[in-house]
Parts: sequence; structure tokens; C-alpha cells
Amino acid sequence: MDWFLDQLWQTFVEDNRWRYFASGIAATLEVTVLALILGTIIGVLVAVVRSAHDSQRGNKKGLGHVVLGVLDWLCKLYLTVIRGTPSTVQLLIMWFIVFQWVDSDYMLLVAALSFGINSGAYVAEIVRSGIMSVDQGQSEAGRSLGLNYAQTMQYIVVPQAIKNILPALVNELITLLKETSVCGFIGLTDLTKGAMIVQSRTYSPVVPYLAIAVLYLVMVLAISSLLGLLERRLRASDKR
Amino acid sequence: MINVKNLTKSFGDHLVLAGIDEHIEKGEKVAVIGPSGSGKSTFLRCLNLLEQPTGGTITFEGVDITDPKTDINKLRTRMGMVFQQFNLFPHLSVLENIRLAPVKLKLMTKDQAGEKALELLKRVGLPDKADAYPKQLSGGQQQRIAIARALAMNPDVMLFDEPTSALDPEMVGEVLEIMKELADDGMTMVVVTHEMGFARSVATRVLFMDEGKIAEQADPETFFGSPQNPRLREFLSKVL
Repeated sequence: MDWFLDQLWQTFVEDNRWRYFASGIAATLEVTVLALILGTIIGVLVAVVRSAHDSQRGNKKGLGHVVLGVLDWLCKLYLTVIRGTPSTVQLLIMWFIVFQWVDSDYMLLVAALSFGINSGAYVAEIVRSGIMSVDQGQSEAGRSLGLNYAQTMQYIVVPQAIKNILPALVNELITLLKETSVCGFIGLTDLTKGAMIVQSRTYSPVVPYLAIAVLYLVMVLAISSLLGLLERRLRASDKR
Repeated sequence: MINVKNLTKSFGDHLVLAGIDEHIEKGEKVAVIGPSGSGKSTFLRCLNLLEQPTGGTITFEGVDITDPKTDINKLRTRMGMVFQQFNLFPHLSVLENIRLAPVKLKLMTKDQAGEKALELLKRVGLPDKADAYPKQLSGGQQQRIAIARALAMNPDVMLFDEPTSALDPEMVGEVLEIMKELADDGMTMVVVTHEMGFARSVATRVLFMDEGKIAEQADPETFFGSPQNPRLREFLSKVL
């Protein structure tokens, strides 16, 4: 017991080492939230392009179809490359090759960009499955009222799709949060890197690593319960 | 009002519409009957381009809607459609279902559209359902609201695609009653239906479709009283 208290003291109190954990949590959440926003935008756009292309089958006329064909091809390339390579490798390429001339002040933004692009690929396929899960009659009803394709998607199909895929999206968000723990590879002091620094000072891994495991778990639980609340609100229209 | 010339539609090798010529005048109530697979729903869905015709032309109020340059969204605002499966938007309340398109297409303000929606709900006999969600309503009620939703656009013609086929028998009457009132008010209507009683009493003209063609057409009295086409006689002997 004395040993444990001593470890706690060394890990958190001595030299104000709790700050590594506090700023680590902040960095981890910042990367996650920025990547989430970017990933959602990319994901929805890619999903809409892919669905629009799929729904065009049998009507292959005009310039619009050619443009859509090219966009669809680009989206498929993006999905293949991003889902086919490890997010850690993408992060390394992003920081050490693509943005090698960028000042290290922008490291967090580059990490967020890298994870956002990565997450977007997974979100895209989740959203696409959601769009496909909405009955064809819904978009027909929207179109028959004179709404165009984009309006029908925006007001009718995507809201219903989001509701159907919310559990899968929560899953993706949790994965994203945990994947940011490799940020240390490029030298960003996120929560995991913070614990590694503390361990290098105290020469004892037990408390720092168990502590961040608990901290990650708490963050995940917070996200799950927050989104669980949202899900219940979205399901209000299902009540009979 | 609607002029159809040599309309054909095929799905792959399967020819569904084998050349249809038809002229529908303002104020007419046209009932389309025929065995399943005869192409009657496809014909109706071609009229507002929910199905893209393979060949032929359709003009609506003097505009060739099969011309790729025509803004089909604009034309669809003047053609209401009612579906077999109602296709109400389950994530929106009844009021929001009705006012969505007029508001988003900027034809009315939110208040105007809300007022109009309440007026229409009164007309279809459901004045107290504005805040309900579609899933809380019976099939008959949902279909009456779907009619109100289409009417909110002030269409010049109403297309009905087997509006009572998905209903429990005891709810068919209430929907037909609303359609009859609509007909009495002078609305131009094209109704694909299996309700021979409705075709006989409300339609001004009845079309019999068989194997992708209009095999016979006449006023209801002649149509049901002295059918000529042997396939029609056989069909009527089965359904009457």
C-alpha cells in the first residue's frame, strides 16, 4: 500500500506531473473532435456521391453522368487506399512527408487532418449503408413533390439514415478516440505520450499506464452515454 | 394537359410499355386498370418521370418533360403523387410532412404552409393529427395525410398509384371518399386502381392495360357494360 501511494505521488504530484495527463487529455480530445468533424463531412459527401452514382444505373446519359462517374472513381480510390493502409502509417506519411516543412506548432492540426481523412473512409461506408437502408419510396416521395436530389437527401434520406446508423457511428467515434493514441509516433504529446514521458521519469510503468487506461475508458463511457441520449431523442418519432 | 406519344419503357430486355399514346384533358378523372404486370404503374410513374421512359415523348401543359433540358423538379411541383405504401416521412410530424416541400422550395413561408397544412388536414378529416408522427396512425389515416401532402403543392393533376391496395379492407372507404371529394372539386386525376366500384362511379374514362399497351378505353358505362376486348372481358369476369 505504501508502495502504491508512493507511486501515485511520483506519477501525479511530484514536479506537477499531473499536467502531462491534463494536457494529454486535451490534445487527445482536440485531435478526436477535429478529426470527427472532418471525417463526418468527408464521409457524408463520399457516401452521397457513391449513392448518387449507384442510383444512376440504367440512365447513363449526359455530362452529369460522366462527372459523377469520375467522382465515384475518386471516392473508390480514396476508400481503397485509406482502408487498406494502417492509420499510423498514414499519420507518419502526413507529418514526415506531406507536411515536412510545416512548423511543429501545427502538429496537432496535421494529426487531426490525418485522422479525419482516415475516419472519413469508414464513416462514408457506414453512411452509405444507412442511405441504402432507407426505403426507395422515401426519396421517390421527396422527388415527386419537386425537391431535387440534394434536397431530398438533406431533408428526407440522410436524417433517417443517421438515425439508423448512429450505433455504428458511435462505434467509429470510439475507435477514432482510441486510435489517436499513436499520435506519439510523430511527437505529439497526447494522453498516451504523456504517460510515456511520466514513465521515463519515474521508471515505473504501473500507475501511468493503468491511469491512462482508466482515463480512456472514462472518455469512451462519456461519449457513449452522451450519444445514447441523442439516440433516444431521435427515436421519439418511433413511439406508437 | 398531358399528352403521351409512343411511350415505351423497358427494364433490360423486358419490355414493360410497348408504345402508349394517350391524351388526358384538364378535369378528366382517368382510371387505369389491368392485370398485375400489365405496366399500369410504370405508365403512371413515367408521367412524372419517376421512371425514365426508354422512348417516346410526354408533354405536360405544353412542355416536353422527356426533354433532358426540362427542369423536371419544377414540373413535379404541379403533379401530385400518392403512393401505394403512403411513403410519409417517418422522422417528421404530420404537419412537417405536409409543409416540408412548399417551405423548402420557397413557395410559401413556414406560417403560410402551416396554415395551409391545417386546412388540408381538416379537408381530409384529420384536423387533430398535426403533431402526430406517421407511425402512430392507421394506414387509412396515413394515406389521407399523403393526399394532403401532395395537395399542399397546389398541383394541377394528381397521380394515384394503387392508393388503397396496401390498406386493410375497412380503411379503403375513407381514402376513396377523400378521392371522390377531390374529383368532385374538379381535380384532374389519373388513378391506377383495383377498385372497380371507384372506377365505375368516379372516373370519367377507364383505360384497360394489357401487356404494355392500352387495350381498350371507354367511359365507365360502356367500359363495364359492353367490354369489347376478350382479355378485358376475362379480366372483368375475374374481378367483378
